[in-house]
Amino acid sequence: MSKSRIQAVFYSVAALISLAGLAEATYLTVLNLTGETAVCGGSASCFQVLGSAYAKIFGIPVAGLGAVAYFSAFSFSTFAAFGYVRARTLLALTASGMFAVTLWLLYVQAFVLHAFCRYCLFSAALIFLLTGIVVINPQRD
Amino acid sequence: MKRHAPFIIVALVALLTVGGATTLYRAKRPAALTIGKDHPAKTESGESTHVLGSPNAPVTLEEFGDFQCPPCGALSSPINQLEHDYQPRLRVIFRHFPLATHAHAQAAAVAAEAAGMQGRFWQMHDLLYREQAIWSKATDVSELFNSYAGLLGLNINQFKKDTASDKTKERVESDRKQAAALGIQNTPTIFLNNRAVPPSDLNPASLRAAVDELLKKDSSSK
Repeated sequence: MSKSRIQAVFYSVAALISLAGLAEATYLTVLNLTGETAVCGGSASCFQVLGSAYAKIFGIPVAGLGAVAYFSAFSFSTFAAFGYVRARTLLALTASGMFAVTLWLLYVQAFVLHAFCRYCLFSAALIFLLTGIVVINPQRD
Repeated sequence: MKRHAPFIIVALVALLTVGGATTLYRAKRPAALTIGKDHPAKTESGESTHVLGSPNAPVTLEEFGDFQCPPCGALSSPINQLEHDYQPRLRVIFRHFPLATHAHAQAAAVAAEAAGMQGRFWQMHDLLYREQAIWSKATDVSELFNSYAGLLGLNINQFKKDTASDKTKERVESDRKQAAALGIQNTPTIFLNNRAVPPSDLNPASLRAAVDELLKKDSSSK
């Protein structure tokens, strides 16, 4: 398999991961805006996280910011898969930012709120995967 | 064509995301609920609902709640505090709306009604919310609820009989029917003088501000 082909596969997987994250973050944003409370299915720790002051930044749901970040990651991955070199740098920058924010949010859940939300953990797993793909891509120029 | 492909894919995903989000928002958006003047302050069987405060209070806070819903639990103490701070100008009404997604919500509502049969509805209401995190995770809640009844000094045998009776279940069902008739979908749904409080204002500070506003209007209209 040629070098560019392998790169295209890597970035396509990154795009798919971003797409899953985009769907989840969009869903959570909408539920946050409508005030849906059944989203946690009765899980007190889930509500504790999603209903905390950390779930919003300047009145904007963190999930909404996550959706924007995932959409950016998806766009850059797609362009990178089609050979746009600058998109790779932008994807690396976006993934690094998302990784840093995820570490902060995991810290908040573990040591400040002492509660975890399954949606946040799923998102963290996606971002770790995304960062891993960007970092370990062995065929980078 | 290949040059344009990423642009087309990204645009398509953007459109699908916005379209999906809009559709979901419309489906989940709470309607601007209001309670009509003919809304009864009694259950179908003619019994009065659970009311705290003066019947002549100018402001009425009516909650449709679910004992297993964490946001309802989070608002329970602040609402009690409001009633305490504003008496006799605020009255609080509680109605049941146990969600099907909460495994023990119906049993908790029935337990509160059974406690109400012995004049301890509000005490059980407060206890259920305070202990929510514990009984929500239990597999068999009936033993726990019996112990709560004991804690409140209720006649346990009567409490057990009442939880098993149709009367308590009918009271819960009557509230649920009213909630359905009003188009309520989420808990807590709170009405202030028959007007639904927006979900974004379901927090202690906003509720207090809304009560203040209604009291101000009431005093200026006199």
